[in-house]
Amino acid sequence: MAAASNDADKGRWASGVTPYAEMGYYDADYQPKDTDILSAFRMVPQEGVDPIEAAAAIAGESSTATWTVGWTDRLTAHEHYQAKAYRVDPVPGTDQYIAYIAYDLDLFEEGSIANLTSSIIGNVFGFKALKSLRLEDMRIPPIYAKTFQGPAHGIVLEREFLNKYGRPLLGATTKPKLGLSARNYGRVVYEALRGGLDFVKDDENINSQVFMRWRDRFLYCMEAVNKAAAVTGEIKGHYLNITAGTMEEMYERAEFAKELGSVIVMIDLTIGYTAIQSMAKWCRKNSVILHLHRAGHSTYTRQKTHGVSFRVISKWMRLAGVDHIHAGTVVGKLEGDPNSVQGFYATLRENKLPANPVQGLYFEQDWASMPGVMPVASGGIHAGQLHQLLHLLGEDCVMQFGGGTIGHPDGIAEGATANRVAVEAMIQARNEGRDYLNEGPEILARAAKWSPSLAHALEIWKDITFNFESTDMPDVVATPSV
Amino acid sequence: MRITQGTFSYLPDLTDVEIKAQIQYCLDHEWPISIEYTDDPHPRNVYWDMFGLPMFDIKDPAAIMQTLAECKATFPNHYIRVNGFDRSHGRATTALQFIVNRPAYEPGFYVDRQEVSDRQIRYTIRSYAVDRPVGHRYEEK
Repeated sequence: MAAASNDADKGRWASGVTPYAEMGYYDADYQPKDTDILSAFRMVPQEGVDPIEAAAAIAGESSTATWTVGWTDRLTAHEHYQAKAYRVDPVPGTDQYIAYIAYDLDLFEEGSIANLTSSIIGNVFGFKALKSLRLEDMRIPPIYAKTFQGPAHGIVLEREFLNKYGRPLLGATTKPKLGLSARNYGRVVYEALRGGLDFVKDDENINSQVFMRWRDRFLYCMEAVNKAAAVTGEIKGHYLNITAGTMEEMYERAEFAKELGSVIVMIDLTIGYTAIQSMAKWCRKNSVILHLHRAGHSTYTRQKTHGVSFRVISKWMRLAGVDHIHAGTVVGKLEGDPNSVQGFYATLRENKLPANPVQGLYFEQDWASMPGVMPVASGGIHAGQLHQLLHLLGEDCVMQFGGGTIGHPDGIAEGATANRVAVEAMIQARNEGRDYLNEGPEILARAAKWSPSLAHALEIWKDITFNFESTDMPDVVATPSV
Repeated sequence: MRITQGTFSYLPDLTDVEIKAQIQYCLDHEWPISIEYTDDPHPRNVYWDMFGLPMFDIKDPAAIMQTLAECKATFPNHYIRVNGFDRSHGRATTALQFIVNRPAYEPGFYVDRQEVSDRQIRYTIRSYAVDRPVGHRYEEK
């Protein structure tokens, strides 16, 4: 066990300040148990701070320690409760280190993201001895994962519920984001759904403003959803955003959405972890799919040296129980290194993942059959990128073309049709064994010959790309092959 | 109207060569094929009638095309769909599903609105065809 765990060792218990490493928060020989929660932190210590001591300090401050020795530790099985930094690796060519820390399961309350995060990211990020700190990844042991509900439905049940298989689902966010009356808003929803989308979505900041109160929006959107279902013979949905100032108001909006027959409701990440878990339970109980918009996440996920990686948020949200989460597009307008985004998608969808440094996955992860979360690709994507999107993101996702539907020169329904034709043509080509990534533009051009909607979409957005350097990339780079 | 359930309904109707290629894709993934038909294509009609059992042991797409041809000959004016089923752990669900036959004329659905209080409306989606008995819904008039 920990080097400084012997109560007879008077030095360990002398009053005053003792280095964390000497108090047992660093143990190079520690073998993590299968039941431990593991964390990988990227840290930059202040000048002159020993990286091992810095790692021990993170372990200490995220578990039992405070800045000075307290005799009350001796009333506990402290060596059991102390988190242990067990490995510290320098990141070549930088002033950064990756610190690996193991936490005993007893430190955490069952089924509570709030409790988990209050420990792991509670205090340590403001620690003066560190210039910066980032939680890169966590290994959630199956025994802990099993204390969470997990996705209210998951990918498989959602597809069966919607009767849609073998292709990405298609969505769009109603635009303009703000200012439409409820009646006109419903028009956008109807047009997009009848044209071929599966879902339309409220934007994250559409809640209940003066120009459109939530109840009016729900009524008009459900008229649109039902009418579109009748003209296509397909099940359709609109993510009714139930985000509100209190839980009571969210429940009221969720109940109304259910009463109107909506298959799905939506929440924003800004409502907080506990509210998300509550809504996930409500959605399981009421057979309503739960969509999560990751509003606000870039404030702490984007910078490589400080904050929390989105792969960690992905894990927390799978535990918390959402069915959908926005997880990046790679090719669109928002941040997203291809390898990192593929790591997020794998984290959300797969049952067992090996560690994969190229995708930024520091640990293996076994979800113990917890259902997968449907990743949502949204933000600046269009039909002309379908081959790239399918190659990068696969078919178990929702591709959302907001501007790429509503901005179509012939109308919203035609924009939706263009996207649906592009998806189906690309899936057909892929299944026929074609090299769809390289032949993608030809496949789309051939479909555009009989689909004027697609032809006009390809023409108007043919050169639109968002090529900027990513700020958040894994340290390990794959040998380029594409 | 054109019912757009299934993976390829926005494409022109698939040819036999194209259908066979999709069946081959399913077989390559070890997804057995089943064929189902209905004259009640309501979006929430889950259980279309099975044209025989799922073909768990048939790995030859030509044999499956033969069965499909029999189904089409028996039910020329029904909706017919091909399913590939993935039994793998964590899935146990349909992996691909596409319509391969549809009636010459598709009357579609309408929204039946029941006005209740508070501006609420109870919606029911009804098929124009199902007021006629099973087996007589899409006959040529």
